[in-house]
Amino acid sequence: MNWSAIRAIYVFEMARFFRTLAQSFLSPVLSTSLYFVVFGAAIGSRIQEIEGVSYGAFIVPGLIMLSVITQAISNASFGIYFPKFIGTIYELLSAPVSFLEIVAGYVGAAATKALFIGVIILITAFFFVDVTIQHPLAMVAFLLLTCLSFALLGFIIGIWAGSFEQLQLVPLLVVTPLVFLGGSFYSISMLPPVWQTISYFNPVVYLISGFRWAFFGSADVPIAVSLFAIAGFTAACLLVIGWIFKTGWRIRQ
Amino acid sequence: MTPILDVRQLRKSYADGFEALKGVDLQIEQGEILALLGPNGAGKTTLISTVCGITRATSGQVIVGGHDILTEFRAARTMIGLVPQEINLEPFEKVINTVQFSRGLFGKPRDDATIERILRQLSLWDKKDNQIRALSGGMKRRVLIAKALSHEPRLLFLDEPTAGVDVELRKDMWEIVEGLKADGVTIVLTTHYIEEAEAIADRVGVIAKGELLLIEEKASLMARMGQKQLDVQLSEPLEAVPDALARYNLTLCDNGCTLTYAYDTRAERTGITKLLRDVSETGLVLRDVVTRQSSLEDIFVGLVQDETGDAA
Repeated sequence: MNWSAIRAIYVFEMARFFRTLAQSFLSPVLSTSLYFVVFGAAIGSRIQEIEGVSYGAFIVPGLIMLSVITQAISNASFGIYFPKFIGTIYELLSAPVSFLEIVAGYVGAAATKALFIGVIILITAFFFVDVTIQHPLAMVAFLLLTCLSFALLGFIIGIWAGSFEQLQLVPLLVVTPLVFLGGSFYSISMLPPVWQTISYFNPVVYLISGFRWAFFGSADVPIAVSLFAIAGFTAACLLVIGWIFKTGWRIRQ
Repeated sequence: MTPILDVRQLRKSYADGFEALKGVDLQIEQGEILALLGPNGAGKTTLISTVCGITRATSGQVIVGGHDILTEFRAARTMIGLVPQEINLEPFEKVINTVQFSRGLFGKPRDDATIERILRQLSLWDKKDNQIRALSGGMKRRVLIAKALSHEPRLLFLDEPTAGVDVELRKDMWEIVEGLKADGVTIVLTTHYIEEAEAIADRVGVIAKGELLLIEEKASLMARMGQKQLDVQLSEPLEAVPDALARYNLTLCDNGCTLTYAYDTRAERTGITKLLRDVSETGLVLRDVVTRQSSLEDIFVGLVQDETGDAA
């Protein structure tokens, strides 16, 4: 195992994050605050409690997930796409590193950034609403797994993308709708039966449900199913990445 | 001694069917400098990219320092440094960070003294905290070289390292190459500048259309293939070549003061002895006799034209 290479990639990627720390930090804080003002205070005050939780607090897990998923994908996809775009990938390909080390470096850094943003949003939330975390360990575990699995997905998108437009395409057309329709702002049980059934095909539902369970102790789907879903998703991403490096798809001619 | 680089029957076809390498065999000894010459699209970069692991060979085998580049890629690649042809650098990164990154990527522990030595050697030390985008083209090229040297490779590939750089950097480059050679580093460089190959290479390989046309000691190549010219400078100018010397195909130049005779060192008889005897028999008074050898460039152009012409 070339640990030194993993560290080099990780440090290099984190340096990019710290160069733009103000943007990385400000934008999620600002957008979260806006969500709390609009949904929590303005509209939320007219919405009754959901499963015994005030609406402002109810949306906290979903908001964290929304940002964490978006950040994990965009950081990881950009991290590997940029070297491809400017040509510095030659160095990765000619270095004594295995695909595992490349993935560990890039995905590790992207997941760290996403985790950082997630924690910031949680802290911001404390300023606006009363949030209690019933299962802190489970909360941390869900957060870590989400950061990791969506950073893996982002890595795949970054390898696949042939242009900056394509880099934005999947997050915009697939991930954002899935997250919004995944119960970030509502409970699945509030939907008409047909839409409830459809929602169960949305993988993000299981994530948000599990994450919300860690906060409030109630969930749309059983916690075990949620855990199973995210583990399966992580495994699927790993399989795809393994295949990419085995075949050299889109990176090695 | 086992060669540090052993390439056997290396073939590379791209997805569109283009055959970039058609069974290249190449052995390079430790510590030598090999210059690969060839026109654009000859396969120079494909050859280097395949050895370095950037492209995959269709068939054939490459062994670096006794390690197969596929089955023992870690051991093989640790030995290799690559300076690519294109200037590929992260624009917002600092010089020192990108060089440290390269060293780490190749599995070497952090070593500030070595990095400083390399940066100083390349006149980059003053710029170490600059962002790469703020550097000139020549400086960026130096950063690429620093990255390749950062992990102390034993086999260094320089893919047209001096294309489009100023004279100063080219001289620096040659000095660095000399220094590396003294340390026992093996160097393979591709170049368009034949004077570069002439100046620093021990051996010269000529590649065209995916085939290695020849690989030979530079000195013996020039001796074997060189066209030579004999200039007979006369004290008194001539109006025309004397009839007695007609069969030598001489040309009269320099206002009739020089008779020029072209001959091939490869020929069994160069005809010089007879020519000089006949010249003295005509009673001409000689001021000087000079021989000149054609440059590597002339040899190269002749070779590529011959071979590609035959193949067509």
